[in-house]
Amino acid sequence: MSNHSLSKHRGSLLTQSSNTKKRNAAETRFKAYGMAAIAFSFLMLAILVTTIFSKGMGAFQQTFITLEVELLEKKLDKKGNRTLADLKKISTFGYAPLIKSAVGSKVEELSINTALKPKQLLGILSKGAAAQLRDFVIANPDRIGETIQFRFLTSSRVDGYLKGRVTRESIKNDKSISPEQLDLVDLFITAGVIEKTFNIDFIIGADASDQRPEAAGMGVAMLGSLSMMLVVLALALPIGVGASIYLEEFAPKNWISDIIEVNISNLAAVPSIVFGILGLAVFINYMHLPMSAPLVGGLVLTLMTLPTIIISTRAALSAVPPSIRDAALGIGASRMQAVFHHVLPLAAPGILTGTILGLAQALGETAPLLLIGMVGFIASNAPDSLASGLMSPNSAMPAQIYEWAKRADPAFYERAWGGIILLLIFLVTMNAVAVILRRRFERRW
Amino acid sequence: MDAQDIKIKASNVQVHYGDTHAVKDVTVRITDNTVTAFIGPSGCGKSTFLRCLNRMNDTIQTCRVKGEILLDGEDIYDKRVDPVQLRAKVGMVFQKPNPFPKSIYDNVAYGPRIHGMFNHKSELDDIVEKALRRAAIWAEVKDRLAAPGTSLSGGQQQRLCIARAVATEPEVLLMDEPCSALDPIATAQVEELIDELRQRFSVVIVTHSMQQAARVSQKTAFFHLGELVEFGETGQIFTNPEDPRTESYITGRIG
Amino acid sequence: MATFWIIICLILLSTAGFFLGRHRALASAKGQVPQLHSLPAYYGFNVALTTLVPSLAVLAIWLLAQPLFVETRIAAMIPADLAPRSTEVGLVMSDVRRIAEGLDIAVTQGVMTESEIQHLSVDTIDLRARLGGLGIALGSEVLPEFLVAARSYREMSQDGRLMMTLVVTLMALVGFARSYGQTHKDFRARNVVERGVMALLILAASLAILSTIGIVFSMLFETVNFFGLHNWRDFFFGSSWAPDFRGDSTLSMLPLLWGTIYISVIALLVAVPVGLFAAIYLSEYAGPKTRSVAKPLLEILAGIPTIVYGLFALLTVGPMLVRIFGRGDDGLLGVEWMSGATSVLTAGLVMGIMLIPFVSSLSDDIINAVPQSLRDGSLGLGATKSETIRQVVIPAALPGIVGAILLAASRAIGETMIVVMGAGAIAKFSANPLESMTTITTRIVSQLTGDTDFASPETLVAFALGLSLFVLTLGLNILALYIVRTYREQYD
Repeated sequence: MSNHSLSKHRGSLLTQSSNTKKRNAAETRFKAYGMAAIAFSFLMLAILVTTIFSKGMGAFQQTFITLEVELLEKKLDKKGNRTLADLKKISTFGYAPLIKSAVGSKVEELSINTALKPKQLLGILSKGAAAQLRDFVIANPDRIGETIQFRFLTSSRVDGYLKGRVTRESIKNDKSISPEQLDLVDLFITAGVIEKTFNIDFIIGADASDQRPEAAGMGVAMLGSLSMMLVVLALALPIGVGASIYLEEFAPKNWISDIIEVNISNLAAVPSIVFGILGLAVFINYMHLPMSAPLVGGLVLTLMTLPTIIISTRAALSAVPPSIRDAALGIGASRMQAVFHHVLPLAAPGILTGTILGLAQALGETAPLLLIGMVGFIASNAPDSLASGLMSPNSAMPAQIYEWAKRADPAFYERAWGGIILLLIFLVTMNAVAVILRRRFERRW
Repeated sequence: MDAQDIKIKASNVQVHYGDTHAVKDVTVRITDNTVTAFIGPSGCGKSTFLRCLNRMNDTIQTCRVKGEILLDGEDIYDKRVDPVQLRAKVGMVFQKPNPFPKSIYDNVAYGPRIHGMFNHKSELDDIVEKALRRAAIWAEVKDRLAAPGTSLSGGQQQRLCIARAVATEPEVLLMDEPCSALDPIATAQVEELIDELRQRFSVVIVTHSMQQAARVSQKTAFFHLGELVEFGETGQIFTNPEDPRTESYITGRIG
Repeated sequence: MATFWIIICLILLSTAGFFLGRHRALASAKGQVPQLHSLPAYYGFNVALTTLVPSLAVLAIWLLAQPLFVETRIAAMIPADLAPRSTEVGLVMSDVRRIAEGLDIAVTQGVMTESEIQHLSVDTIDLRARLGGLGIALGSEVLPEFLVAARSYREMSQDGRLMMTLVVTLMALVGFARSYGQTHKDFRARNVVERGVMALLILAASLAILSTIGIVFSMLFETVNFFGLHNWRDFFFGSSWAPDFRGDSTLSMLPLLWGTIYISVIALLVAVPVGLFAAIYLSEYAGPKTRSVAKPLLEILAGIPTIVYGLFALLTVGPMLVRIFGRGDDGLLGVEWMSGATSVLTAGLVMGIMLIPFVSSLSDDIINAVPQSLRDGSLGLGATKSETIRQVVIPAALPGIVGAILLAASRAIGETMIVVMGAGAIAKFSANPLESMTTITTRIVSQLTGDTDFASPETLVAFALGLSLFVLTLGLNILALYIVRTYREQYD
C-alpha cells in the first residue's frame, strides 16, 4: 500500500531525520536570539542602574573641614550693637581673614611644616566658605567675640580627592589645586580635621554657581518640581476625568466625538518639546506669565499629561461593567447619578493609578522646561510661600540635572548622577504606589 | 482483526490539565483506512484525547499525558520522538477553519516546504494540485491560487485546511469537529470528502453530532466524563449499544 | 496676585451659596425632604455652580483677551516711522511692555509714586538707568513715544483689571441672587445642575481639541512671521544651517532633518530587532514565571526619564565610544576616528536602548492578538515553533508590527534630551556615524533658550522647525494608528 511505502520513506519516528535535525538546530538558534534580546535589555538596564549608583552615591557625601574660628568683634561689629543692618554691611571679604587665620592656627596646632602660603592654605576650602561663616554670624549675632568650632565645606578638588575622583596624577594641569595642598589634606585627614560625612545640603540645598560644585544641592529644584506637580494634579485630574466621563459615558457616537478621540490619541504622541513651544508662545509670549515660573511649567506639563490621564481614565471607566449602570438606572437614578455615584467610585483606583503614572511621566520631563526657561542657576533660596513657589523663577529636578551635566567642572557630574538617584527615588515611589493601588483594588468582573 | 491493520494503539491513556483529570484510562485501537468517530457530550475529553494522538497537547504547559500510544508499533511519547516528525505523519484539521494569511497556493505548500518534500518547483506544483484535488476544492480555486486563503468562504476555507493537511502526506488525519463552524451545505461537502479520504488515510473525527458520526464513520467511540464508555462498529453503537450510558446519550437523555 | 484673590472670593461665595441654597430649599419644604423635587444638595449645587462657573469663565476669557486688546490699541499709538515693518512692531511692543513692567516694579518697591510717573519725562530723568537699577534691563534709550505708550499701557491694563474685577464680581452676585431666588421646593434643581455639569464635561473634553488648536496656531503664527523674514525656499530646500545673530543666516531644515533621520535609523536598528525578539521570546517561549519577572523589568527601562538616558549618553556611552574608536594609539582599536563624546552613534545607541521596551510592549500586544488557531494550524502540520513564528505569526502580525515601528520612529524623531546631550551641535550632511551632528529638536532648544528675540529669524525659525516636527510626527502617528487599527479589525 502506498501508505506503507511512504512511512518507510519517512523512516521510524524514533530516529530523527537529517532534515528534522537541521530544523531543530534552526529552532534552537531562533530561541537563542530571543533570549539574547532579553539578556541584552537586562544587561543595559543593569549597566544603567550600576552607573547611576556608582557615580551618583558620592553626591550624598561631602568633605568638610572643622576649624576653630575666632569671631573678632572689631572686625565683624565695630559698633558692638549687633544690629542686623550693621552686620550685613560686612561683606564676605571681611570674613576671609578670620578663616585664613583659623587655617593657619590649625596648621600650627598640629605642628605641620608646610611651604604653602596662607592664600594657598585657604585654597583647600570652598570658595563659599566666607559666605557660609557670614550666614552663620548673621543668624547668630550673639556668638560674636567667641571662638567657635565651624564646619566648612572643602573645595570640590579636595572633596574629589577623598572620593577618589582626583588623584595626584590627574591634577598635573590643574591650577585649582597642587600636590602640596593634597599633602596637607592627607595630614589633616589623619588628624581628623578633614572628614567625609553625609551631605544633607545636597538634598535640601539650592544650586550653587559653577565655581562651587561642592555647595550645589537639589532641594530648591525639588520644590520647583513639587509646585509643578501640584499644578498638574489640580488641573489635569479634574479636566482629564471630566473629559473621560463625557467621552466614555455621554458622548454621542458621531464625527465630533470621533475627531476628539483621534485627536487625543495623537496628542499623546506629540513630542514633548512641541508642548514647550506652545508654552513659550501662549503662556509667556502672549499671556505674559513670568518666565521660568513653575506655574507655567505646570500648565505645560498639564497639557502634556492630559492625554495620558484621559486614556487611562477611559480604560478604567470602560472596565466597569454596563450592568452596574443598568442597575442604577433601573432603580430610577439619572444617568449623571449613575455615573457619579456608582461608576466613578468603582473606577477610582484605576483613575488614580493612571494619574500617578501621568504625574511620574511629567516629573521626569525635561525638554519643555528648557524652552520656558526653567533651567540654569535660577533660584538660590527656597520659595517662602505657595504663591511665590508658583510664580517666582525656579528650576525643576530634571532641568537641574541637565544644568549640572552642561557645566565644565566634572565635579558637577557627580551631582547630576546624584540628582538622578533622587529623581528615581520619587519615580520608583510613585510607580510602587500605583502598582500597590492596582493590586489592592483590582477587580475582575 | 489483523494486527497489520491497526494504525494506532492507545492503552491506559490518562490526561491531566492542572488539577483536572480530563481523560481517564482510555484504551482504543484505531484501524487503517477507516473513519473512527469520537462522540460524547461536550467536555467529555474526546478532543483532548484526539490532541494526544499527535501530541498537540505538548503546547499546553499544564497538560500531562500518561499511558502508552503506539503508532505503527512505535511509542509516540518516547523521548526520542520529535513531535515535529510525528505531526508530519499525523495531520490535524481544526474546529474553526484557520487558513494562514497567505495565498491559497502557499497555504497548501506550507507543509511540503517545511518538511522539504520536493526538489523542484514543478514537484511542489504537483503536490499542491494533488492535495487540492483530494480535498475536492481544485475546481473552485485553480484559477486563483494566488488569492489569499482568507478570501474563500467558510466551507472552502475548511476544505483548503484539509488540503493543507493532506499535502504533507500524513498517514493519519485527525479532525476536531471540522464542520461545527460550517453551514449545512458546506458540511455535506466536507462529509463527502471525509469518506473519500478514507481510501488513503486513517481518519479520526471528533464530532458533537451523532448524525454526522453515523453518516461518515465505520467505528465509533463514545466518551463520557473522561472515560471511554463504549467502542465498536458504528452501526452497532447506534442501533444496539451495550452500555446504558451510550443508549441514554443516543436517545438524547444525557449530553 | 489680584486674580488669585478674586478666585478665592468666588470660591468662598459659591461655598456659602451651597449651604444657603440647601437651607432655603429645605426651609421651603418645611424640612420635609420628600416634598422637594430634588435632593437638597442639588439646590446647594445649583446656587454654587451658578455663582462660580459663569464668573470664572468670564474671568478666564477676560485674562486671555485683555492682553490682545490692549496690545492692538497700544500698537496703534506707536508712530509709524518708529516701526515701519510689521515685525518691528513686535520689537517696539516688547520694549514698551518692559518699561511698563519696570514702572510697576518701581511703584511696588516704593521708588516712584503714581503721580511721579504721570509727570515723568525722558528729558529730565534717565529712565533706562533708573529701571536698570531695579533689575529691568532695557535694550535702548527710552524714547518719549515709548514712555507715553508704556504709560497708557499701564493705564489700560489697570483699568482693564479693575473692570474685570467689577464684571466678574457682578456676574457672581447676579448668579447667586438669581439661583438663590429660584430655590423653591418645586424647582427642578437636579435637571438644572445636571445640565450644568454636562456643559462642564463637554468643556473638559473640548480642551483636548483646544490644546491641539493652540499648538498648531501658536506655531503657525510665528512660522508665518518667520517666512516673512526669511526665504521659505532656503528653509525647505537650502543646504546649510548657519544661524548668525548679526543677520544673513542660512537656515535650512535639511541638514537637521538628515541628522534627525540618521540618528533615528540607528536607534531603530538597535530597538527593532532587540525589542521584536524580546517580544517574541516573551510571548511565544517564556513561561508565565519568566514573563512575570521580565515584563516589569523591561517596563522599568521604559519608565526611566529621558534626561537619565541623555546623561548616560553624554557621560558613559560617548566616552566609551571614544575609547574604542578614538584617542589614536591610546584607544582600544588604535584609530583616530572619533574626537568628541557626542556623535550620531552615541545618541542613536542610547535612543535605541530607550526604545526597546516601547517596541517590545507594542509588538507583544500585537503578537498576542494573532489567533491561537493559526499557531495550532501550523504546529499541527508539523512545523517547529520558530517556523510557525517566522512563517505564520510574524506575517500575520506584520501590519501591526509596521505600525509599532512607525510609532517608535515618531518617538525617535521627537526625542529631545538624548540628542541635546548626545548628538552634538554641528549641522552637516555626513554619512560618518562617529561625527557629531545635530537634529531638529536640538536646534529648537538652542534657538529658544537664553535670550530670545521674537523679531529675528534666528529665533522664529524654531517655530517653523517645531511645526515641521509636529507635522512629521503627526503624520507618522496617524499612519501608524490607521495601520494598527485596520490590523486589529482583521482579527476582531
